[in-house]
Amino acid sequence: MSIKFEAVIGLEVHCQLATREKLFCGCPTDFGAPINRNTCPICLGMPGVLPVLNEQAVDMAIRAGLALGCEIRERSVFSRKHYFYPDLPKGYQITQYERPILERGGLSIELEDGQRRVIGLTRIHMEEDAGKSIHMDTGATLIDLNRAGHPLIEIVSEPELRSAVEAVAYLKALHEVVRYLGICDGNMDEGSFRCDANVSVRPVGRAAFGTRTEIKNMNTFRGVQRAIDHEILRHIDVIEGGGVIVQETRLWDEAAGRTRTMRSKEDAHDYRYFPEPDLPHLIISTARIESLRATQAELPLAMRERFVRDYGLSAYDAGVLTGEPSLVAYFEAAVVAHPNPKGICNWLTSELLGRVDAAKVPTSNVSPGALARLVALIDDETINGKIAKTVFEKMLSTGMSPDAVVDADGLRQVKDGGAVELVVQQVIDANPNQVSQYRSGKLGLKGFLVGQCMKVSGGKLNPSVVNDTLDRLLGPPATGG
Amino acid sequence: MSNALTDYSLCALRDALDRREVLAVDVAQAYLDRVSAHDPVIRAYLTVDAEGALQRASEIDSNRAAGGPLGPLAGVPIALKDIFLTKGLRTTCASRILEHFVPPYDATVVTRLREAGAVILGKLNMDEFAMGSSTENSAFQQTKNPWDTTRTPGGSSGGSSAALAAQLCAGTLGTDTGGSIRQPAALCGVVGLKPTYGRVSRFGVIAFASSLDQVGPMGWTVRDAAALHEVIAGFDPQDSTSSDRPVPTGHSRTPVGGRLDGVRVGVPTEYFPETGLTPDVRLKVTEAIGKLRALGAEIVPVSLPHSPYAVATYYVIATAEASSNLARFDGVRYGHRAKADDLLSLYLRSRGEGFGMEVKRRIMLGTFALSAGYYDAYYGKAGQIQTLIRRDFEQAFERCDVIATPTSPSTAFRLGERTEDPMQMYLADIFTISCNLAGLPGLSLPCGFDADGLPIGLQLLGRAFDESMLFRVGCAFEDSTDHHVRRPPSLQTGGVVTGQEAQS
Repeated sequence: MSIKFEAVIGLEVHCQLATREKLFCGCPTDFGAPINRNTCPICLGMPGVLPVLNEQAVDMAIRAGLALGCEIRERSVFSRKHYFYPDLPKGYQITQYERPILERGGLSIELEDGQRRVIGLTRIHMEEDAGKSIHMDTGATLIDLNRAGHPLIEIVSEPELRSAVEAVAYLKALHEVVRYLGICDGNMDEGSFRCDANVSVRPVGRAAFGTRTEIKNMNTFRGVQRAIDHEILRHIDVIEGGGVIVQETRLWDEAAGRTRTMRSKEDAHDYRYFPEPDLPHLIISTARIESLRATQAELPLAMRERFVRDYGLSAYDAGVLTGEPSLVAYFEAAVVAHPNPKGICNWLTSELLGRVDAAKVPTSNVSPGALARLVALIDDETINGKIAKTVFEKMLSTGMSPDAVVDADGLRQVKDGGAVELVVQQVIDANPNQVSQYRSGKLGLKGFLVGQCMKVSGGKLNPSVVNDTLDRLLGPPATGG
Repeated sequence: MSNALTDYSLCALRDALDRREVLAVDVAQAYLDRVSAHDPVIRAYLTVDAEGALQRASEIDSNRAAGGPLGPLAGVPIALKDIFLTKGLRTTCASRILEHFVPPYDATVVTRLREAGAVILGKLNMDEFAMGSSTENSAFQQTKNPWDTTRTPGGSSGGSSAALAAQLCAGTLGTDTGGSIRQPAALCGVVGLKPTYGRVSRFGVIAFASSLDQVGPMGWTVRDAAALHEVIAGFDPQDSTSSDRPVPTGHSRTPVGGRLDGVRVGVPTEYFPETGLTPDVRLKVTEAIGKLRALGAEIVPVSLPHSPYAVATYYVIATAEASSNLARFDGVRYGHRAKADDLLSLYLRSRGEGFGMEVKRRIMLGTFALSAGYYDAYYGKAGQIQTLIRRDFEQAFERCDVIATPTSPSTAFRLGERTEDPMQMYLADIFTISCNLAGLPGLSLPCGFDADGLPIGLQLLGRAFDESMLFRVGCAFEDSTDHHVRRPPSLQTGGVVTGQEAQS
């Protein structure tokens, strides 16, 4: 009989804060600068330099703490973490160890069955990033210190995740939160949002944890899921085969689809942490916390609930809109201009998002006001839905306003009974067979006739006026025939 | 005028320059000539920047002639301990690992000196990375005590103290982590001030022990030290540990003949032990305290009971921080890089070849003190004792305004005498270390000579940020004595001019 195992997973997420300057010097943080351009004596670790804390980074960390329900320490301490590596200029990283700025807290995640669960957070601390080592085929290693000294927060979860799917749900929820707060661009390709996973397994029902391994080098949500799934199965295989799991750090090999040993516990560094003497303790006042709280961005979960409640959107649509911070502002601006949230949401999600990347929506040719106006033109029956698509295409390609397109192309909807009647009569005359079949009871042919009217008119007739006119001119069809 | 330009104290020179009695370029040239003549024996300078000094001096002279704005030290020749980064001027910290290092920026104190119009003559020898008490740990050369060239000038700022005593500069800056300004000042018969921790920016000063290091002025007189202090002290946005407390000003112009009525001078029994203090030092320091009483001060006995633990505490904290601060010297970005085939040997060889014995010893001690499983017993415990030492001073300063002690338990010892025994060397700082652990200001000034004619230093310790009290007591003492104007007979000076003579 085989034992049933459950996985125990905790995640450590490194989030690069979207500050203008590095954590301890004034160097810019822009990504993609020429190698070693964004450096100065301080982040190069020259002799004699001293760190000065970037207060914007502290504000961003506090915002994360507020959003994640953390306890914000009035007094926190920076420490030095020592190890030798060429991309670590000072031979130590300035981080927080014993007294981090944020402790405890929780993140609500949505499980596959739609249930929500709160995953506990152990701590969030501030630290500086290291540089990048670029290993060449020649065997040489080049060092790029542009990234050295970028501000990070490390968010450490409790070991409360039980599957790779849950781990990814957690990561996505966290990703969404930090992007909503505007404290991280969330770009996983550029390393702005990085995750390490601690994984162990234990027989279901046992309280004690199994031996864990730490997995690094997962660069996509999918990679995280595959790596954790792989690692769980590897643990179970080893245990079922009578072996023992060795506590170690493992690297995820995306191409090979497996993890491999990076360093064992015996090789683990003694980081020799001690309080950073060059920085005073970080004191955070209640006033500072409150002023940040007052200007705190709304979080995606709360926003989704509000969109369903206040705008009458479906949960699905609310999810699509709030999945991308840039869409939220766009949507809400459009709703202000024309209060038909459902109509605007439909046009935004099915048309605009069908043609433009979500991130580029705000800078597309169609402004929120223009989209709102388009929906307004439909709502007041200036144009019908079909014509609106034509108008939209032109707006998107030219940047023209919907009114300008309608006027220029003569697309205004025809509602006048006389004008409609002319077209309807023309269609009746041109289709005697279909008319007589309709009159003898083939009711389905009415749709054909309506279509013909629209076709002849270039789609400009008001569909309900067309319907009424057809009914009147065709007379009642035979029944029971 | 029978005196040479190099006989003027910093303040006297400043005033003569102000009155246009002398030209900065002549002063600079006189000092450069004197360095050429005497430094081959004294060996205080690691780098002489003759060209830069003369150019700067002539700029100052032009500015003055044109009536342009001039700083408070315009034209005054200064030399710097080679621990201060000077843009474009080699800065070695007396270490092989930085033998060819040319800094890309100026330390804040260097910037302030330059802006004040100081003329920088060059860089002075020291113990490697400021680790030592005799300047014998320099990787490059042995600096001699001008009073007896078989003896140490003290350390680690021994190049600074020797240069002052030999009149090879008019003023200098040192750094003091456990006594490295005050002890060499005492051993060379000059004045040295370690300001309150946080008083002077450490930005651009190569770190030894960050929580203890402090930059300070050294000069021939208390007023000279005060003049330099006024320029270098004050908040620096680039040093998060620097203080924005107002900087004491005007002490370089203190009128002669001040009294000390109402000042309470504490004398700690722990600093006058039965053994470990030479009879001459005990005698002269006791006489100096008598002089303070004669000037009107009240002498009160105080106790600093945790003093016996200071040296041990210091060598845990200072080495721990040093092991961290020196990690950046890895041969990767600057400094000495050894030839190596892989990363580990690059580190081992670059650091192995670049660092001297004492530096390696301290890196190993500090690494051990911070290691997992030992942290609490060493670094953690040392922090607790530091708190007790700090409290000792707080309690003592409830009863007195300034504390008077010997600076060093002995006068200058012979070169080579203690190099084989690190513990003996460490004990040279026994009276200076507590002041760093407590973060307090400490001043050493000449108070007499022993039977061999070697200088003895009086140490005055003050409350945090009360350098004013040290200047006041120091000036009053100095005005009533002549120890500070005496010079080694062999150096053939024309007699020191302090500018106070006419007034007294």
